[in-house]
Amino acid sequence: MHTKPKKYSVFSLIKNALSYHENWQPAWRSPDPKKEYDAIIVGGGGHGLTTAYYLAKNHGLTNIAVIEKGWIGGGNTGRNTTIIRSNYLWDQSAALYEHALKLWEGMSQELNYNVMFSQRGVMNVAHTLHDVRELKRRWHANRLNDIDCEWLNTAQVKEFCPIINTSPHIRYPVLGATLQRRAGTARHDAVAWGYARGADAMGVDIIQNCEVTNINISNGHVSGIETSKGTINSKKIGIVAAGHSSVIGSMVGIRLPLESRPLQALVSEPVKPIIDTVVMSNTIHAYVSQSDKGELVIGAGTDGYTSYSQRGGFNIVEDTISAVVELFPLFSRMKMLRHWGGIVDICPDASPIVSKTHINGLYFNCGWGTGGFKATPGSGWVFAHTIANDEPHELNAPFTINRFSSGELVDEHGAAAVAH
Amino acid sequence: MSKKISFTFDGKKYFGKENHSLAEALLDNGIFLLGRSFKYHRPRGLISAGSEEANAIVQLETGNITQPNVRATEITLYEGLKAKSQNHWPTLNLDIGSINDFLSRFFPAGFYYKTFMWPPKFWEKYEYFIRRAAGLGESPTEDDPDKYEHFHYHCDVLIVGGGISGLYAAELAAKANLKVLVLEQYPKLGGEINNQGKVSANKFRESDQNIIYQNIFSKLEKFDNVKIVTSTTVFAYMHNNYLLASQKTNNTKIREIIWKIRTKKVVLATGSIERPLTFHNNDRPGIMLSHSARKYANKGIDLGKNIIVFTNNDYAYEAAIDFKLINNENKVTVIDIRNNSKGDLIKEAKSIGIKILFNHIVTNTRGRKRINSIFVHKIDNETNKIIDNYGKISCDILCVSGGWSPTVHLFTQSRGKLIFRESDATFIPNESFQNEISVGACNGTYALEEILEEIDNKMSNLLSSFKIDIKNNNHPSLNKIKKIFYDKMKHLWIIPSNINFKKTKMFVDFQNDVTAKDIQLALKEGYRSIEHVKRYTTTGMATDQGKTSNINALGIISKLTDTPIHKLGTTTFRLPYTPVTFGALAGRHVKEFFDVERTTPMHQWHLDNNAKFEDVGQWKRAWYYPINNENMHQAVNREVKATRKGIGILDASTLGKIDIKGRDANEFLNRVYTNSWSKLGIGKCRYGLMLGDDGMVIDDGVTSRLGENHYVMTTTTGNAASVMSKLEDWLQTEWPELKVFLTSVTEQFATISINGPFATNLMQKLCVNFDFSYENFPHMSFKNIEIGGVNCRVMRISFTGEKCYEINIPSSYAQSLWSKCFEIGKDFNITPYGTEAMHVLRAEKGFVIVGQETDGSVTPVDLDMSWIVSKKKYDFIGKRALYRSDTVREDRKQLVGILTKDPNIVLEEGAQLVEEVSKPPMKMIGHITSSYHSPNLGRSIALALVKEGLKKKGKTIYAPMPTKTIEVEICDPVFIDPLNERLSA
Ligand SMILES: Cc1cc2nc3c(=O)[nH]c(=O)nc-3n(C[C@H](O)[C@H](O)[C@H](O)COP(=O)(O)OP(=O)(O)OC[C@H]3O[C@@H](n4cnc5c(N)ncnc54)[C@H](O)[C@@H]3O)c2cc1C
Repeated sequence: MHTKPKKYSVFSLIKNALSYHENWQPAWRSPDPKKEYDAIIVGGGGHGLTTAYYLAKNHGLTNIAVIEKGWIGGGNTGRNTTIIRSNYLWDQSAALYEHALKLWEGMSQELNYNVMFSQRGVMNVAHTLHDVRELKRRWHANRLNDIDCEWLNTAQVKEFCPIINTSPHIRYPVLGATLQRRAGTARHDAVAWGYARGADAMGVDIIQNCEVTNINISNGHVSGIETSKGTINSKKIGIVAAGHSSVIGSMVGIRLPLESRPLQALVSEPVKPIIDTVVMSNTIHAYVSQSDKGELVIGAGTDGYTSYSQRGGFNIVEDTISAVVELFPLFSRMKMLRHWGGIVDICPDASPIVSKTHINGLYFNCGWGTGGFKATPGSGWVFAHTIANDEPHELNAPFTINRFSSGELVDEHGAAAVAH
Repeated sequence: MSKKISFTFDGKKYFGKENHSLAEALLDNGIFLLGRSFKYHRPRGLISAGSEEANAIVQLETGNITQPNVRATEITLYEGLKAKSQNHWPTLNLDIGSINDFLSRFFPAGFYYKTFMWPPKFWEKYEYFIRRAAGLGESPTEDDPDKYEHFHYHCDVLIVGGGISGLYAAELAAKANLKVLVLEQYPKLGGEINNQGKVSANKFRESDQNIIYQNIFSKLEKFDNVKIVTSTTVFAYMHNNYLLASQKTNNTKIREIIWKIRTKKVVLATGSIERPLTFHNNDRPGIMLSHSARKYANKGIDLGKNIIVFTNNDYAYEAAIDFKLINNENKVTVIDIRNNSKGDLIKEAKSIGIKILFNHIVTNTRGRKRINSIFVHKIDNETNKIIDNYGKISCDILCVSGGWSPTVHLFTQSRGKLIFRESDATFIPNESFQNEISVGACNGTYALEEILEEIDNKMSNLLSSFKIDIKNNNHPSLNKIKKIFYDKMKHLWIIPSNINFKKTKMFVDFQNDVTAKDIQLALKEGYRSIEHVKRYTTTGMATDQGKTSNINALGIISKLTDTPIHKLGTTTFRLPYTPVTFGALAGRHVKEFFDVERTTPMHQWHLDNNAKFEDVGQWKRAWYYPINNENMHQAVNREVKATRKGIGILDASTLGKIDIKGRDANEFLNRVYTNSWSKLGIGKCRYGLMLGDDGMVIDDGVTSRLGENHYVMTTTTGNAASVMSKLEDWLQTEWPELKVFLTSVTEQFATISINGPFATNLMQKLCVNFDFSYENFPHMSFKNIEIGGVNCRVMRISFTGEKCYEINIPSSYAQSLWSKCFEIGKDFNITPYGTEAMHVLRAEKGFVIVGQETDGSVTPVDLDMSWIVSKKKYDFIGKRALYRSDTVREDRKQLVGILTKDPNIVLEEGAQLVEEVSKPPMKMIGHITSSYHSPNLGRSIALALVKEGLKKKGKTIYAPMPTKTIEVEICDPVFIDPLNERLSA
């Protein structure tokens, strides 16, 4: 049996320092899987872990397990560029992401784990008249949805982020930007670890190095999963496997409307503070922020081709970097330190699927594509609700699989499209 | 004597020697303290002599050429070089931050996850200080004056590494007449060969090596099929043998060049990196990897008289022997973890008076800014427990060696699989994934005779696909090589300590200040997988990318968890091998070349006539043409009015034009557009809407039928490329049975659009003999007309609601025809109008712009254009989607016109619309898509998408803006000439 974890605080840190840190407990246990659980979550990324956490916390389901083929947080959760914002265009998305943002705002205290959520603002820059029109549309929609958002003209952009190049003579001059001040970044690993610790404390079994190889179904109802550690039974199974969701879907003949594509990111060498916000530009394809370690964190759009290899074409990196240097010429002598890619699962309308399926007891949470990190707590919250009640939460009701046959899409691609 | 070169370090002037690195010059000046560590601000000096350097990183130069985090080992000294140490305040010698070192107990791995949470609002303040404390060097703050370039190269064999292995492999490939490229990261070829002084310690080996090297090198020089480039680091090994390298040039015009290499075969000969040993206080200035120290000494740098070598293997004795031979006065002591060694080098060391302490370890060191003494204990060979205190030994320098790690970074980047070799506790390449071989030290092969044999065998396999046999090659003077016997090493991942482990500071990752007990803490706290340990402790995440720390971290985890190392797996080595300059990655794609700028053939005219431009995709389009200090509003009003009264002329060349030919062209159009094309006669034009497979509008435009099987399609400017590729996609993947050929002719034809009541008059003057009567050339038809001797394609179509001729003329004649129009149009007050006036004109007519009125969520029915959707056609792209339950809803958002109650208010495009105004959140029913002042109506007009808008015409709704709410009425979207009378009047 596990004991309740000791609280983290300055005092516990000092106390443990005096005993040379010999007495810390594991943040989570490493149990062997039981024969059966009340619910199983497949995928130990942020979304899977928050699902388990809220299943236990909000719905009292504690005899549950998270099954992860590698190590928790090792998928996109540990590979993303951690931009968090809620300034989405459509009401349905705005509501879901805003719910998540509110959870972010209390997350460190809720988890007693510092996830370093840093509200240094996210600025979406406009370079063409078309951008201006679309970003203003989003700004007005956000305002009326009571989501904080401001429009900055070029001079205000410069004032907010002095190192950005606002010369009118560059190829795509900065014509303005939206700013969401409550938006920002967080420490991705800490989110996975913090929720894992929280879930574990409530009795959730987190089982790593355990790959799901099949899903068992009898009479139209799930009965359990086959894994590299044997059969595990459960009447409720939630799949939260991001880029590999379609692989799991195909185990039970479900074809998900997803494309899996590489998305790349990189960091520079660490330097002293130089940029104090997140700047995103969709038109020239780049975004930049600076981590608490001092690294510039940089990303762009997905590769054009579907693939499961966590590596994309180098041309994307070159394009991204030239866009960064265009917006921030002073970064030209900085250096790329590390580069990586993740596999993102993209729906045709660039919105997620958080849904029941035609198989009883089988639920999918996927399609978060290039921008699901920000949704992590909200996604788990509503998915837990869906699994516990066999009924979607009002916030994820629009995000069913069925919308692709009804046509009720939430198209975040076309309008004011901003990835991440 | 070599030339003296002056340079400054931390503002103080020094002199160095030619061809010395900055690291060498600093040591030569007796400077050992070079920087402060990331977290604890511990004084640090050089640990190595190469690209694996973790400590000695400096801020190079100042102003617009400054560069943070430069490894002192990688910079060749030049006159006037300025370097500054990093991460300290106020000075390197007296750094307040080093208080962290004394408080280090309170900053264990991951401490920040456990604190800074109270009170919640304070995180912002804590973070401010955390951020200031983090980071190493400083970002430049000015524009980079330098230029960079990209260089593409194709070859048969790429050889990475210009040491003896790489060069020998190059020779074999060269002899086989292949195109060979050799890249070496350092300025000088030879690799380890350069690591020998005038006094060659290892007389068993190195003289042979030298001879062989000279032999190969002199031969290589004679081949013109071999290209050798130095100062060039291969930093990425991508799929399909695509590799990237970055070259530092001496050229003042181009600072760095990125090589993009596609090669048939790759030979990795990247050598190996020495490992530190993990013991208490193993990080002081003056503690160096043995091989690096030896390299410095052999370059004539005085590192002191009192030298200690602490090792677990035979190779480190090379350093010990050299130090003794360089100066017999030197006192050299070897502390060897092993209980004995029968190696040849040990015999030699003994013979020249080097003191060896077997079964001994270094347990502690002293000397804050430079090491001055060590503490030595004796261990039991079986239990490795400390059994005796040897005492303190004073020293000037401590050379350490924990064995060698092959440089397998590129190999793993290529997706090759590693295997763990117990004998020297290291990962070596096992299975190649691409067309590649690893040879020499990077393959874990160290003895010269073995290396040469390995290269013979592997190269002969590698080159066999070229049908080349190199089997009969003779090793260069292999027969002369004397074998040296090296005894086994002994691996202790953590050197035992006489104090409690939990009180030790045994550094694993030097730059990030990760200690062995940090790793222990991570494991204790449940962060067990190597990736978790790495992320929790940040080991291997510094600017040296773990070159010296990764393997030791793995070893420590293996020891602490009692798990065989190969079961832990390795962490992934991510590209780049060494950091790469952003500017170099961007190459010439910066500033004016950031993105191509597309201009029309009439661009110069627009410039000459004071046009303001708008970016539309890559195009520069004339936006409006102010005259006499007009503002935009005035200019646009004038242009719009002139077009409806006389003649307006628009440069519409940017519209996409796709030439469609082939037997099935008509069927093809039927499939890609919603309306029917079967009955379109030759010489006729038709407007079409293109949908995505979700039934949403993605493009529109007019297509003309030029002949039986020949059409020209126009697309919107912004979508030209994407429509072209979509059409190709459908043809090639969905309908391969259709015989249709597509050619983009966007740039072959320029388009001049002549609009207005006098448009026909102008056309008649342009082509006197042509019959422009409505009967002969009605609206929506097409004619080939010769204008000024040039065959033009003229369409009578209209996007303004006025009579209009769109002349498509071969681009090279466009400018002259354009000017000609002005000449003869004077009488009709011919006025050029830009995209803004074009927008107003079409909005007055209620014409949509795809991408403005539509956003990927709008169907033709939503645009009130059901007339264009064929009910009879068997199928077209998007048809099925149009009949989904959501798409057939009648309360969808629909296109309507909007009139503000106050005619002077021009709404903001993007403004949201509501039926009831309240405090946010408010229920939005739509948004303004287009909005202008209409000079013809003398008031503002707008288009909008509004939920159930078609049913709500006449209703009052609201646009709540930040400062006020604007009252508006829903109306018909056609504001002018609803019966299209002007087209034929
Ligand atoms: C480069 C990059 C940058 C990004 N930037 C941002 C950003 O700035 N902001 C933002 O909001 N989002 C961003 N994203 C997207 C974001 O990372 C994801 O949407 C989000 O993290 C998804 O979380 P997840 O838990 O669903 O997926 P993951 O973290 O990928 O978790 C899925 C887990 O399922 C496991 N799994 C898969 N198959 C199986 C199986 N058969 N058995 C057991 N386990 C299995 C995987 O190992 C993995 O751990 C970015 C993504 C990438 C790749």
